[in-house]
Amino acid sequence: MSSVAQKRGFGATLWDWLTTVDHKKIGILYLLGGGFFFIVGGIEAMIIRLQLLTPNNDLVSAGIFNQMITMHGTTMIFLAAMPILIGFMNAIMPLQIGARDVAFPFLNSLGFWMFMFGGIFLNLSWFFGQVPDAGWTSYASLALVSEGHGVDFYAIGLQIAGGGTLMGGINFLVTIINMRAPGMTYMRMPLFTWTTFVASAMILFAFPPLTVGLFLLTFERMFGGNFFDHTMGGNTIIWEHIFWIFGHPEVYILILPAFGIFSEIFSIFSRKRLFGYSAMVFATVLIGFLGFMVWAHHMFTVGLGPTANAIFSVATMAIAIPTGVKIFNWLLTMWGGSIKITTPMLWALGFIPTFVMGGVTGVMLGTAPLDYQLHDTYFVVAHFHYVIVGGTVFGILAGLHLYWPKMFGTLLNEMLGKVTFWFFFIGFHLTFLIQHWLGFWGMPRRVFTYMDGQGWNSSNLISTVGALFMAIGITVLVYNIIVTSVKNVRVANDPWGDGRTLEWAIESPPLYYNFAQTPLVRGLDTVYIEKMEGNASGLTPAEPVQDIHMPNGSFIPFMMSLGLFIAGFGAMYRAEESWGLPVLIFGLLWTFIAMAMRSLKDDLGYYVKKDEILRDMKRKGGQK
Amino acid sequence: MSDIQVYKKSPAQFNLDQRRARKSMRGQVMMFSLMIFMTIMSFSMVMAYQADVAGFSKFLIIPSLLLFAAVQVGLQLYYFMHMSEEGHGVPQMFMYTGVVLSFAVVLTFVTIVWW
Ligand code: HEM
Ligand SMILES: [Cu+2]
Repeated sequence: MSSVAQKRGFGATLWDWLTTVDHKKIGILYLLGGGFFFIVGGIEAMIIRLQLLTPNNDLVSAGIFNQMITMHGTTMIFLAAMPILIGFMNAIMPLQIGARDVAFPFLNSLGFWMFMFGGIFLNLSWFFGQVPDAGWTSYASLALVSEGHGVDFYAIGLQIAGGGTLMGGINFLVTIINMRAPGMTYMRMPLFTWTTFVASAMILFAFPPLTVGLFLLTFERMFGGNFFDHTMGGNTIIWEHIFWIFGHPEVYILILPAFGIFSEIFSIFSRKRLFGYSAMVFATVLIGFLGFMVWAHHMFTVGLGPTANAIFSVATMAIAIPTGVKIFNWLLTMWGGSIKITTPMLWALGFIPTFVMGGVTGVMLGTAPLDYQLHDTYFVVAHFHYVIVGGTVFGILAGLHLYWPKMFGTLLNEMLGKVTFWFFFIGFHLTFLIQHWLGFWGMPRRVFTYMDGQGWNSSNLISTVGALFMAIGITVLVYNIIVTSVKNVRVANDPWGDGRTLEWAIESPPLYYNFAQTPLVRGLDTVYIEKMEGNASGLTPAEPVQDIHMPNGSFIPFMMSLGLFIAGFGAMYRAEESWGLPVLIFGLLWTFIAMAMRSLKDDLGYYVKKDEILRDMKRKGGQK
Repeated sequence: MSDIQVYKKSPAQFNLDQRRARKSMRGQVMMFSLMIFMTIMSFSMVMAYQADVAGFSKFLIIPSLLLFAAVQVGLQLYYFMHMSEEGHGVPQMFMYTGVVLSFAVVLTFVTIVWW
């Protein structure tokens, strides 16, 4: 159990990763899983862009194109962006609040494996040749008539993955509420912890509606229910409401953690306290709350009536206010700071204008009469890529460079990082800026090709070239990661030199018990305060060195998720194959047995002995 | 285990605890009877409606049932699950947020989907 590097075989290492409940390792697993799906979704995006390169192109058929856009959207949102953010939350948030792990380590592992199995389930659809093709929104009127098992893969895969996300959210909430180090009051929490908190609360409230919606869809498609079919007394609009009651909060679940990462970056690399900390916290909470009050802005053209449209229109525009507060606070954080342009800072600087543009087009779309013009055109595609890519993906890439040393103990090459940034940044604006005009000129979204002579050719060409630039940027990033890992130059606690929060006062990567002694927090940016007062370690212990209680690893989460994965196939083939029902029952039984094993066998964890901790402390020659 | 505690209590404290326990017991019994009473009321209203007793229309019964249900949830939470005691601030905040959000959803559905 020692952290001293032991030589271990491949099998033992694999087993360690399959059974780990350590939040840092689970964070890395999320990063790997999410990174894999990000590449998959990226390849799908490239195929979409190549198909639209020229008019009347026939690189892919109309059917495959629909599958591509559906899987691209679904993969990017549920399997790439969110898991990567959850990975950062896992790896960093407990360190920021001075905790040794999350509140429920077992649940944390279960959440990861459910996400992974759900994601694999969804993507196996490619190998079955029956791929979801009703859009990532899967509107019922399309989803119900989609042939084959495509939409079934969507409904069941997202159900499993969504369960994992919900567990993650609850886990983070309990962790932040209960496991803050002494002195870490709510108003001393770093902004990334705050945004994790609010995003987790939004997961808690937004995912149950998705679960319900997916169950209704599952039952309608696979078990003969009639919730959305109007010929049987159902109502197809209800799916749209349920989906967007989940869906709009979801976009804020994606953006808030990115806001948190940027807040950390602006303050670290401007070497200044974050400007307007309490206003930032308030804005975050307000955005989280208002995010639930605006879902019908996705449905203006459904015909909800002028009153409903007006109410949701005004509510939508109101969110621009707290968002604006944030933008100004970031600008004022930089104002007068001694700014260091590192790769993370470069992403943060690129984020501000990009995200503001996405926000402005959001307010334009929120104007109901204008939305009638722009709805379902490329303008919408441009808008949400400006917020999702310019906000969330920029945030992920910034966070990747910022936290890489903390997660892996090496520093990504700064030169290559900047090359990645410029390729991606220029490529991004090349791709999506022109799409605003394509929208104005009437090009509808989700069309697999277009006719010559409508004036759309050169714009689409530019757009595809931009996408190639982004692909080059990501390739450089992958190269950077490989080179950095091979060179394996280890870095110290705070490789950026200006870390202000607790995670920068411990090793990179931290020992498996994080803090030898739980730290005492004396204010916002506690490590900065300690250092200013001459305490070079940045930490003041709040307890004597003593035995530390740690959880045991477990293989049960993997088994529980595997059961659900098997049951998913049973449910899908129940109606047409005789083995369907038995497999469904078998899979559920498998899961229940795994659950019973967890409940019946007490697992009380183990203690890290005081001697070992003292030895570790001596080895790094720190305090004592 | 609890016997060990009793030894440490001074008589005054013992009395105080007993008085408190009695008071909370009284509250719980009262609320329990109230809840049973409301349940009986609900059942009899529905029975009366089915037996076509004059005056028991749908428009009286459905709102009263909903009202009783809401009161019962509140009593359950505050008297039996000790929500009013210390250390329940965060759960309360989350529950009320959930209530507000679901209210907005139900209101929207009632006004623009099901109307
Ligand atoms: C902050 C992060 C945001 C993300 C990640 C995001 C994401 C999205 C996505 C994915 C869509 C496409 C929906 C579809 O498939 O039809 C969309 C549409 C829309 N967004 Fe955003 N959005 C964000 C912010 C905003 C803001 C700040 C506003 C307004 C102030 C806004 C207003 C809208 C509107 C009105 C639509 C509907 C357009 C239509 O359906 O015609 N969004 N957004
Ligand atoms: Cu929205």
